[in-house]
Amino acid sequence: MCLAIPAKVIRVDGASALVMIEDTEYNASLLLLDDIKAGDYVMLHAGFAIQKVDEEEAIETMRLLIEVEKHNPE
Amino acid sequence: MKYIDEYRKKDLILGVSEEIKKISKKEISLMEVCGGHTMAIHRFGLHFLLPPNIHLLSGPGCPVCVSGQHFIDTAIAYSRLPGSIITTYGDLIRVPGSASSLEKEKAGGQDIRIVYSVLESLEIAVKNPGKNVIFLGIGFETTAPLTAAAIEEALKRNIRNFSVLSSHKVMPPVMKALVRDGVKINGFIAPGHVTAITGTGIYKDLTESFGLGVVVSGFEPVDMMQSILMLVAQFEAGKPRVEVQYQRVVREEGNPVAQKLLNKVFELKDDRWRGLGLIPLSGLKIRPGLSSFDAEKMFPLEVPVASEPKGCICGLILRGLKTPLECRLFQKKCTPSDPVGACMVSAEGTCATYYKYRS
Repeated sequence: MCLAIPAKVIRVDGASALVMIEDTEYNASLLLLDDIKAGDYVMLHAGFAIQKVDEEEAIETMRLLIEVEKHNPE
Repeated sequence: MKYIDEYRKKDLILGVSEEIKKISKKEISLMEVCGGHTMAIHRFGLHFLLPPNIHLLSGPGCPVCVSGQHFIDTAIAYSRLPGSIITTYGDLIRVPGSASSLEKEKAGGQDIRIVYSVLESLEIAVKNPGKNVIFLGIGFETTAPLTAAAIEEALKRNIRNFSVLSSHKVMPPVMKALVRDGVKINGFIAPGHVTAITGTGIYKDLTESFGLGVVVSGFEPVDMMQSILMLVAQFEAGKPRVEVQYQRVVREEGNPVAQKLLNKVFELKDDRWRGLGLIPLSGLKIRPGLSSFDAEKMFPLEVPVASEPKGCICGLILRGLKTPLECRLFQKKCTPSDPVGACMVSAEGTCATYYKYRS
C-alpha cells in the first residue's frame, strides 16, 4: 500500500507533472512537493509525487555497497 | 541511474549477505514493519541469504490487514445509501466484511469505483452533482497526505459532494504497542515511504526508551540486505540507534509540505487495529472545522461491530507472534481466490505473500 516507484519527470505543468516509468507515461500531482523540474526523479505514490530522489545520496549508497562487495568476493 | 535495476544486482546482494554472515554472532530478531518489505524479502528469497541466527518477523504495516472488518462493513453500508458513489483504492475491494464485500456489492449494482488517485474522486464528484462521493481513506503516513491534499482541493474548488471515510493510521504508536505487548525483537526495519513523509524523528523513543535499533529501509533487495547489515552491526556493537539506509529518498526532516497538509486536515484519535485492539492516538480523523468532508459526520450510521472470522489468526500474524504456516486455514480454507482474513486478501498481507512465494 505504501508502494512508491521512482519516475522521471518529463514536464512540469503547474501543480502536476508528466512523468515516466519505463516507457509508460503517468500524471503525477505535485501538491505535496515543491521545486520539481524536468529531469528530476520523484517517488510516485498513488498519483502523487511524495519525495524527490537525491542522486548524490544514491551514488554514495552505491559506493558503500560496492565497497562491501569488494571485501566479500564470491 | 534509474533507481531500480542497480539495487537488484546479484553480486551486490551476495556481497552484503557474506558481510552479514561474517559479523553476525548473536541471535537477533528483526521486524520488518511494512508489508512492502515482507513482499520484497519473500519475492527475492532474501531470508535464504541470512545465517540461521537472524530471524525476520513480519509486522503490522499492511493497512488493509489492520483496518478490520468494521471499516469494510461501514463502507458497504455507505454504498447502500441512496445517491452515494464509493471511490476506493483497488486494495480494499475484495476484503470480506462480516456478510459481504465491496466487490459483491458492486456486482449487486452499488456504485463503487476503483481509483488510482484520490483526486479522481473530485472529478467524479464534479460530474455527478446530485450524488455524494465518499472516498475510503486507508493507509499510513505515506498515503494520508494524499487524502488531505484532496480535501484541501475540494475546499478550494468548493466541491461540496465529496467526503472521506477515514481509516488512516500512523505507525509510531503501533510499533511501541508491539514492544510493550511483549513481541521479542531487537530492532525494526522501518518503513521507507512512511519516513519519507514524517522524517526520522518519530523513532527517537524506540531507541531511547526501548533500546531498539531502527534502520529506515528502501524496498529493493540490496536496500533490504544493507538495512539488515546495519541493524546487525548496531546490535553486535551494543549501540542501537536510528539510521537511514534509504538515503536517496528519506531526509531527516521528511516532507514538510505533506506534514503541514496532514496536520491541517487531520488530528489524532484512538483507533482500533485488527489483532491489537484499541491503540491510543494511533488513527487520523478529519478535524472538526472540516467536518463537511467527514463522511462519519455527514452520514452518521450505526454499524454493529462484527467479530473476526472464526479460526483466522491474522491478528497474531500482524504482531509477529505466528507465521501463516501455523494457521489451520492457510492454503486449505483460506487462499487468495477465496480469502478468510485480510492478511490473505491484500497482496502485501503476510499470508498472501507466503502463499505466493513459499507454497
